[in-house]
Amino acid sequence: MKNYQKASLVLLMLSLLAGCSGKNSDSASTTPPDDGFQKELQTRLITAKSGDIITIPAGFHPINRGLSLNVSGVTIKGEGMDKSVLSFKGQVQGAEGLLVNASDFSISDLAIEDTRGDALKINEGSNIVIQRVRTEWTGGPKEENGAYGIYPVQTQNVLLEDCVAIGASDAGIYVGQSLNVIVRNNRAEFNVAGIEIENTIGADVYGNIATNNTGGILVFNMPDLPQEGHSARVFDNKVFANNTENFGAAGTPVSSVPAGSGIVINANDRVEIFANDIKDNNTANLIISSYYSTGFDSSIEVAENYDPYPETIFVYDNNFSGGGSAPDGLDLKALKVAMFGIGGSLPDILWDGYVNPANLDKDGLLRPEFAICVDNGSAQVLNADLANGSDNITVDGAQFHCTHKKLPPIVLPNLGG
Amino acid sequence: MWLRKVPLLLLLLLSGCGQQSAPVRVFAADSFPEHLSDWNLLRSDGRQLRLGSDVIPYDLNTPLFTDYALKLRAVYLPAGKPVTYREGQALDFPVGTVISKTFYYAVQDSSRVLKDAAAVSVDARRSLSLSDYRLLETRLLIRYDTGWRALPYVWNDAQTDASLEIAGALSQLEMADLDGSLQVFNYIIPDANQCAGCHAPNHSDKELSPIGPRVDQLNKFYNYDDGVDNQLSHWLKLGKLDRVPADLSLLPRRADWSDAAVSLERRARAYLDANCAHCHNPKGAADTSGLHLNIDARMDRNFGICKPPVAAGRGSGDRPYDIFPGRPDSSILLFRMQHSDPAIAMPELGRSLNHAEGAALIEEWIANMSGSC
Repeated sequence: MKNYQKASLVLLMLSLLAGCSGKNSDSASTTPPDDGFQKELQTRLITAKSGDIITIPAGFHPINRGLSLNVSGVTIKGEGMDKSVLSFKGQVQGAEGLLVNASDFSISDLAIEDTRGDALKINEGSNIVIQRVRTEWTGGPKEENGAYGIYPVQTQNVLLEDCVAIGASDAGIYVGQSLNVIVRNNRAEFNVAGIEIENTIGADVYGNIATNNTGGILVFNMPDLPQEGHSARVFDNKVFANNTENFGAAGTPVSSVPAGSGIVINANDRVEIFANDIKDNNTANLIISSYYSTGFDSSIEVAENYDPYPETIFVYDNNFSGGGSAPDGLDLKALKVAMFGIGGSLPDILWDGYVNPANLDKDGLLRPEFAICVDNGSAQVLNADLANGSDNITVDGAQFHCTHKKLPPIVLPNLGG
Repeated sequence: MWLRKVPLLLLLLLSGCGQQSAPVRVFAADSFPEHLSDWNLLRSDGRQLRLGSDVIPYDLNTPLFTDYALKLRAVYLPAGKPVTYREGQALDFPVGTVISKTFYYAVQDSSRVLKDAAAVSVDARRSLSLSDYRLLETRLLIRYDTGWRALPYVWNDAQTDASLEIAGALSQLEMADLDGSLQVFNYIIPDANQCAGCHAPNHSDKELSPIGPRVDQLNKFYNYDDGVDNQLSHWLKLGKLDRVPADLSLLPRRADWSDAAVSLERRARAYLDANCAHCHNPKGAADTSGLHLNIDARMDRNFGICKPPVAAGRGSGDRPYDIFPGRPDSSILLFRMQHSDPAIAMPELGRSLNHAEGAALIEEWIANMSGSC
């Protein structure tokens, strides 16, 4: 009897203690209604240790909040870009699908679909390998689609290969403010910009297919950013029929890209365009332009140390065909008809004609080290002379005949060369 | 004989549930407890939330907007190790510090949360009546010798305890406005990585740190259980603050964004710093945009004045510049504050609703700016 009383007393004490510390918590009302997969995946990303390999099994995995990884040295691997699908169709939070703030990161063999904002963003990090990843907005090209598909920014030593990017309302593959980058053997389709290299120093872009975008491959420099870019080689790509109407959000830099642009160099220096197959881009196969042609009509001068001009450009050995037959925009349409007739076409290369007055020789031409050089058979350049209100539009090939010293290939130390 | 001791024992145990709470426990970084109650920072019996006896509640001049949630901030400081004064960033808290921020709403009919409730301090008994309020989450920042760690705890339905949810949580709430209109929204509790999305103001070293408790933010009065006092003076008197300049009246003070007596510019800059600068500073995650909104930034192009968008996507809203002086309707900054679509909304984390009053401040400020683009 005594023992019984003692036991019940202990029980009573225990329950009082429990009442104090509130251990009797039941399931929280605020536990997510999410599929267990999402919670498990995010937990694995949060608790990951360097060296971990996080696998995404085959299957269609709905995710409704942004995922993120902050630990370096992690690999995320699926079973194939058409098998392991992270679908963000019902996403309620997160400006990205997967945000990576880490180095020594590899991701491969999976798809990220229908994010509200960017699909895969990697913000600051070194030694980044992205292979066989598909980012796609599955409803086709629409303004409501997220901005960027695959988006490394402020990264260095980046390999981005064998990926597929479809439907981005800005750029399918967008490498920003980075250093030492290889973008190869990817396919970009139905984006506003297929592949965009922006404010990046040292990029090799080759073996890619860019088609059905508004603009195929863009090499841009924007002002007011921590890093200005230069030195890109764009070669051995197939850039054809990038004639999708511009569906970029009005006001964005890419919304000024005319539909039918093959390759566009804007305000960037030391760019080599060679051995590409560039055809049937209805505005022009290649556009070379300054920041002044991007539609920003600020009366305020561009930032002091920003170079708005495309300089030291070298175009050679490309295979141009078709293109220029139906330019986008009233001005270009009128220009085409006036100069080349209803059935005619603009030349392969379109240049806005802005030059830095400080870099001209006594004849008013760009000094050789800054020149736009075209050594590309019969390809001609239309100088739209926009700087002078198009007073003196010219079409010429010979004037642009020159060469620059070729850029060295990009070497990625993380891949042993 | 033995039985006669029982009532006394019971009383002792019961008194453990009264005013005196157990001392705060600081757990090792590899053994975080499942339950918030284990820290002894806050206790709840489902009717009253009480602050632990050794934590100090505090408030900020201009806080981050979080879907109209009210916030109870409190700090536990280890004995004998005062906070070191410094300006321009959070105070230098000693190892062993635990900062807690509890998010709650005033409630109506037990389920509906109220939009326009004024934030309340804990009352004289350092407690909050849960018949009037609903607790959602408590976030902890703990200072270890290796740096800060961030943990999200989610309160249960019974409001008796919160459990650790490193993957965060989502809760659909119905919010009632003053006029009775109702709105359903997703209240999102960030996951542990997203804590770092704000609490790593230097995105290169990615070190976590507190953001709010800076001198200029803490330099205000608080209604303590023993009377009203300036928060910094209070900490000083408690011996919790070290190396403070002698003349307290000269310490920097952040404007209260809602104080109409203060200039528009000071209020706007206080608001932008609290809501944007954890990413939008020269070393922050959003330095990729070249837009810096920290309170000590120069008001030039990188502050958004006549700055065109870079990678804003749909966030640019067909507007030419981040800030177009005199023309709020042409300013991207305001557009992003007035939208809740995750592809557009700024800040990216911490809100599903628009902060109409904050946007109104920024609108008025831009409208009254001189100059043009």
